[in-house]
Formats: sequence, structure tokens, C-alpha cells
Amino acid sequence: MKALRKLLDKQKPHFEKGGRFEKFHSAFDSVETLLFVPDKVTFSGSHIRDSIDMKRTMIVVFISLIPALLFGMWNIGNQHFLSLGQVPELWTAFFYGFLKMLPIIIVSYVVGLGIEIIFAQIKGHEVNEGFFVSGLLIPMIVPPETPLWQVAIAVAFAVVFAKEVFGGTGMNIVNPALTARAFLFFAYPADMSGDKVWIADKLDAYSGATPLGNALVGNFDQIPSTYDMFMGFIPGSNGETSVLMILIGAAILLATGIGNWRIMLSVVVGGIVMGLLFNWWGANEYMELPFYNHLIMGGFAFGAVFMATDPVTATQTKNGMYIYGFLIGAIAILIRVFNPAYPEGVMLSILLMNVFAPLIDHYVIESNIKKRLKRIKVLVSN
Amino acid sequence: MSTEIREREALFSSKNIKLLKNPLSLSNPITVQVLGICSALAVTAKLEPAIVMAISVTLVTAVSNVVISFLRNGIPPRIRIIVQLVVVATLVIVVDQILKAFVYDVSKQLSVFVGLIITNCIIMGRLEAFAMANKPWPSFLDGIGNGLGYGLILIIIAFFRELLGSGSIYGFHLIPESFYELGYKNNGLMILPPMALIVVGVIIWVQRYYTRDLIEKN
Repeated sequence: MKALRKLLDKQKPHFEKGGRFEKFHSAFDSVETLLFVPDKVTFSGSHIRDSIDMKRTMIVVFISLIPALLFGMWNIGNQHFLSLGQVPELWTAFFYGFLKMLPIIIVSYVVGLGIEIIFAQIKGHEVNEGFFVSGLLIPMIVPPETPLWQVAIAVAFAVVFAKEVFGGTGMNIVNPALTARAFLFFAYPADMSGDKVWIADKLDAYSGATPLGNALVGNFDQIPSTYDMFMGFIPGSNGETSVLMILIGAAILLATGIGNWRIMLSVVVGGIVMGLLFNWWGANEYMELPFYNHLIMGGFAFGAVFMATDPVTATQTKNGMYIYGFLIGAIAILIRVFNPAYPEGVMLSILLMNVFAPLIDHYVIESNIKKRLKRIKVLVSN
Repeated sequence: MSTEIREREALFSSKNIKLLKNPLSLSNPITVQVLGICSALAVTAKLEPAIVMAISVTLVTAVSNVVISFLRNGIPPRIRIIVQLVVVATLVIVVDQILKAFVYDVSKQLSVFVGLIITNCIIMGRLEAFAMANKPWPSFLDGIGNGLGYGLILIIIAFFRELLGSGSIYGFHLIPESFYELGYKNNGLMILPPMALIVVGVIIWVQRYYTRDLIEKN
């Protein structure tokens, strides 16, 4: 550690104003603050500086993603060998999936951070840590066989149009990772949906449909058991299949106070209410699908834990969070059951509610102001 | 009666040239005034309909500007919008019939959007803001300028949308087959209207990057 600090201190003058590599100041800064707590102190007034800055927050989210990530790697391999009719060893499967996913992760980070650094340099601020998590989220929500050039384009699109044009990390209206996914979904539907893309190099004869894909076309007898779907032994996007691993991630987020329990809870409640409503309605077979299955199919759990809780794009008021989460859950199930074009509705419902979040906040605050004004009036008139 | 003798202004005086040139950049109807967006999204998936649309709008704007400019002193102010609409609608029907007669396929692609030129904000805007207060010749130039400014943006959008969305330019396949064999695919999002809005956004971005005067002061 000492040696590293010394090395950084030695290089630092080159990157400061007037130094040789002044242009790469933001890149250097991002590496330095990643490794060490910044030694910045406040000069005027009394402030408390907590060490839990954006970088530490992002690292906690990163850690909470790791269980789902590792399981996802194993599952890619597992599904691949199962489709060939083999039962793989644990490490064979994991290694296969690791090799499939690593290029996607590398492309995602290289392209995303590259663009971030360019923008930071032009605008003259430091590289923000925002992409640290987005860069890992994107590989986890795409199918294992996604072509790398498509990942690159989607990441570039998301970073530029979902984030940088609004002013960078913390200013974005919609979730960048989901924007990348939505871009891929609409731009290259052949590589993003159907029953061919969810298992890497599968045999043609083997059905590779996801539970949601089966439900959409009415193959309800082919939906895997609730246990399999909960554990994640199903084809799907890289990191989203295992509800168990996502719950471990959720526990880390909640224990550290980084994730918001109000949003997670209300998304789940929204999904359950909508599922029960459809169960009660029961107009077709899809509506009769047990409501708890909706929560463990597709990206519902992943979206509820890692996407909806994004503090930048979610609502900020407490009451607003309940409304926001509930609508995400409800709309997601609504899209799944009613829209024949989109098997999965979580991505679309979260993006939609991202857009509405400021509006919800506005009305929550307005109603609060009205309530307080009324209280004052009562007090004054007495 | 005003019988004073005025010096005749040259046909292409610097003032008139400005009428023609400004709408192409500094006061572009789409990127600066943000008018006529709907048709810019609807007809720009391919280059051919975009060009036809650009020509149609240019003609209608120019001719209706001239007609309204001639009539400007005779139109009672309270019914001026109706008069303007009658003029525009007549011209649009003529354009529509010509398109149907000579370029039927494109006319079918443009479908209702030819008819909707009547409600194109650019045309009504120019009639209200310019033709009602200016002489026929400047009005004509203003109409041509604004039509071209609109058309220019339309063609830029359509160029990128057709190239990236269908891999062709004006119907000719430009991206070689070998690209597709390597795994390249056309971008389906480019065909959808939302991407047109983003392309408009990028054009506005680029334009403001080069002409700083357009950036609003906060």
C-alpha cells in the first residue's frame, strides 16, 4: 500500500496544472481516489466530511452485485452444457460462462469510461464514479450471446444520451444501464429476444426459451418449477436469473443503508397486487399464472433491487417512493400480460417511472405544503 | 396616399440575401424555432420521401407567402387565419395531386403527411410573422429560405436514419454485403420515430457548439 501511495505521489505533479500530462488529470484523479480516501479538507466553516462519498457508495453496490454476477457466469456455462445434453462440473461451467461474460464487461467499461473521461476533460471536471456500477449492470442485463459491437454502441448511446447530455452523474433523468438495454432491445431485436439468444452456443433442437417467453406464447406447461426459477437454473439475461443471489445483494444494500427499502418493498407489493388482480380476473391462461411466479420470472427481482432503487432517477420523497415503486411493479406485470410484443415489462416500466419521478415528487411536496398551510390557518383562526 | 418616390431596392440586396440565408442556420425553423417537428419525425425514415417533402413544403411556403403578401392589405384582420388557411389548403391540394400523378409511390409513403402540410407550423408562422407585413418579393425569398431550412434538416435526418437504419442511401444499398456477413446488423431503432428526435437533438447540439450565440443565457 505504501509503495502504491509513493508511486502516486511521485506521478501527481505531472498531472496537476502546468504538468506534463495536465490533459489526463481526470483519469489520474479517478485512479487515485479509487485507491485512497481523498485527503481534501474543508477550509471555511465547520463541516462534517463523511468518508461515505459516492465512490464508497458505488463500491457497496458493486459488492452487492457480485453474488448475482458469479452465479450468472456459472449459469451461462450450465445452460450451455445442459443444452448439449451434458451435466458439467461446477468449475467447467463457471469458467465457460466467465469467458463468455468477461469480454462484455471489458467492452462495457472501456467504452463507457472512455466516453466519461472525454466528457470530463472537455467540461473540466473529474470523472465521476457513476459508471462504475452502470458498467457492470449492463453486462448483467444482456443475453450471453450479445455481439460485442452492439454492447459498445449501446453503452456509448446510454452514456452520451442518457447521462452526459443532462450534465453527467447525478443529473440523469433515466437510468443509463436500462437505457443501454432498451437501445439494444429496440435496435437489434433479433439478438435481444426470442428463444435463440439466451443460451450460449446451444443446439438448435434444444428449446432455449425463457419462462417469460414460454408464458407469452402460451407454453405454460414448459415453465420451469418455482424452485428452479427462484434459484436461477433457467435461461435468461446474464445476471438476472437467480432471485436468491439478488436477495443476497439486496440484503447487503439494505444492511449498509445504500439501497432504499421503501422502493424495493413497494415494487414487490405492486407486482403482487397486479398479479393477484389478474389471478382474480382470470380471463386467460397467462392471467391465471400464480402471482408469486411473476416476482421470480425474468428481471423483476433484479429490476426491483438494483434498477428501481437508483437514487438519482428514483423519487426523493418518502411518500413518492411508495407511489413510484408500486407503479413500477404494477406496470411491469401489466406489460407482461397484456402486450404481446414485449415479453418483459420491467425495463420499460422502470424507464417510464424514471420519467415520472420528478412529477410524483412535485405533487407529494405540493400536498405537504397544502397540509401545512391548512394547519397554520387553523392555528391562526383560533 | 403615399406617392413618395423611393429608390428601388435591388432584387438580391444584402437584406434580401439574409432572408434567404438566415433560415438555413441562425433562425432555422426546426433546430432553432423548433417548429414542424412532427413531420420531421414522420417522413424521415428514408431519404426519398424526405426530399419530396422538403420540396413540397418549400413550394407551398414560398407560393403561399407570395399570395398572402399580395392580399395582405385586403385581408380583414379578424378573419386573416381563415384566409391564410384557404390559400395554404388550396396549394397543398395542388401539390398532393401532382405527387399522386407523378410520384405515386412516394405519395403513398407520405400518406397523410402531405395533407398535414396545411397545419405545418412553419407555414402558418411565416404567413403571420412575415408575409402579412412585407412585400411579395421578400416574402417569396423568406418562404424559399424557410422551406430550404426545413428541408435541409429533414434531409440530414433522413440521411442518417436511412444509412444506419436500412443500410442504404436513396434506395441504393451502400453498406457492403461483407459487413453483414461479419455480423453487422441494421439498427432497428433508427427506423422508429424516437430516434429521429434524438438525431434532431444531435443536430441542435452540433449547431450550438459552432454558433455560440444560439445558447440561451441563464
